[in-house]
Amino acid sequence: MPHDAITLAPDRASLEPPVLRSTVATPTGRDARTVRRVGAVLLGPVALLAGWQLVVWLAPGASVVSPSDVARAATAAWVRGDLPSALATSLGRGVVGFALAVVIGTPLAIAVAHVRWFRTAFAPLLKGLLVLPSVAWVPAAVLWFGLTDATVYFVVLMGSVPSVVNGLVAGMGQVPPLYRRVGTVLGAGPLAMTRHVILPAALPAYVAGLRQGWAFSWRSLMGAELIAGGGHLGVGLGALLQEGRALGDLATVLVAMLLILMIGVLAELLAFAPLESHLARRRGLAPQAAR
Amino acid sequence: MTTTAATLPDDPARLRATTPAVLLQQVSKRYAADGPDVLRQVDLTIEPGELVCVVGASGCGKSTLLSLLAGLDEPTSGTVEVAGGGAALMFQDPALFPWLSARGNVELAMRLSGVGKRERRDRAEDLLRLVHLGGSGDSAVHELSGGMRQRVALARALAQDRDVLLLDEPFAALDAATRDLLHDELERVWSSTGRTVVFITHDVGEAVRLGRRVLLMAGRPGRVVGEWRSEDRRGEAAETWGRRLTAEITDRLREERHRAA
Repeated sequence: MPHDAITLAPDRASLEPPVLRSTVATPTGRDARTVRRVGAVLLGPVALLAGWQLVVWLAPGASVVSPSDVARAATAAWVRGDLPSALATSLGRGVVGFALAVVIGTPLAIAVAHVRWFRTAFAPLLKGLLVLPSVAWVPAAVLWFGLTDATVYFVVLMGSVPSVVNGLVAGMGQVPPLYRRVGTVLGAGPLAMTRHVILPAALPAYVAGLRQGWAFSWRSLMGAELIAGGGHLGVGLGALLQEGRALGDLATVLVAMLLILMIGVLAELLAFAPLESHLARRRGLAPQAAR
Repeated sequence: MTTTAATLPDDPARLRATTPAVLLQQVSKRYAADGPDVLRQVDLTIEPGELVCVVGASGCGKSTLLSLLAGLDEPTSGTVEVAGGGAALMFQDPALFPWLSARGNVELAMRLSGVGKRERRDRAEDLLRLVHLGGSGDSAVHELSGGMRQRVALARALAQDRDVLLLDEPFAALDAATRDLLHDELERVWSSTGRTVVFITHDVGEAVRLGRRVLLMAGRPGRVVGEWRSEDRRGEAAETWGRRLTAEITDRLREERHRAA
């Protein structure tokens, strides 16, 4: 890079070297790219709808409903208030459960990474829990907590805490040794090292763990709602799904499924993807001029 | 040596301070109990404000010496004393943290030694100006060139506010022009801050260019085998002297390497 070579000029003030900034796209170029991107994002769902409609036309029958049937069912359920309340119930549980998973998983991960006996005792268990489908906890949870929200949260936590822990532990394991050396040279004790060096360095892997943790939360929640219904439990999307099956109402079943999927897609598009690309850009890890 | 050399504080009075900045007495280092001596009975005194270059081939123990001075390792026998309780260290790899801005990296050094927020910010700004990066404090690390990153690393090392600054081949990965410039910068920083600088390099030319004192190390076992001082220059022209010294040290280095092989 020529910057320092240029600065051999006698005038010391001219030594301020130019800062490398990524080239800023012209507004029109950026607009065009946004349009193209949105188009690409929509391509998948549109293709799905088209294929679905094609199936309806080619194989009409009682067990097939068309996209417009589903749209009608969705509108009706929305107007009745079933849909908004189910959505609110599930989203609330999902967000609270995920937040709890982060609050519980983060210190657990730090302990696993730093305390040898704790790691020896619990790391294999936490890895194993990743493999156990969290819905497998539902029967036991129902027996322990009955048909209450505690059952739902228990299942969600059993699903998501291991992901959060494993993401962060993996991230901390990959911190370059040089960073620790620098931390030591700068006088960081164990606590400051974790706070100022290891956790920030592990942040991208942590976010990857959070993303997986959220996915597991959401899945576990749907599984729990699907299996455990009634009692003191409010009706969530999973329960709506189960209700549709009981009534033989395929349109409602599909409405619930689509909503569950949509929440997943929105969380990805609105939260995790932007967060990840922000981190990558800040650290200079973003792919150059990715199209 | 350039004309700047004449204006630098080579004044022997300054070097004759009371307590040395670095004092090594009979220091030996062995990594395995039955292994070879990486360092054997090294005695070394560095006065406050000196700029000392340690030169030697790879494997001669200079990195070990530096680890001992930085407090990253303990000697097997002998004593290591560093004034002010420790030394600041700068590596060949700038090793800046990519999640922090240039200023953030400099501030972190102060934050870890408990400097308050306000003072941190001001001093980081001053230090970045000192290494001619006044306008780049907010830049992300990846936006800086290799030379600029090393300047930030230098500012960070200075932010540690230790009397002794250790530099481990800090410019070895830079191109010649950038390295040249940073040599000037380092001399300027050295003369304006009055730090004691220990500069480790395998490049004899660099050692002669920078060092007011040059120590030659040889390996197996690691020890100091030669010493040259810029005060010995007398009337000789700086350039001829530099060339003669470089040739002399290089010869000596080659000789030692033959003996070790």
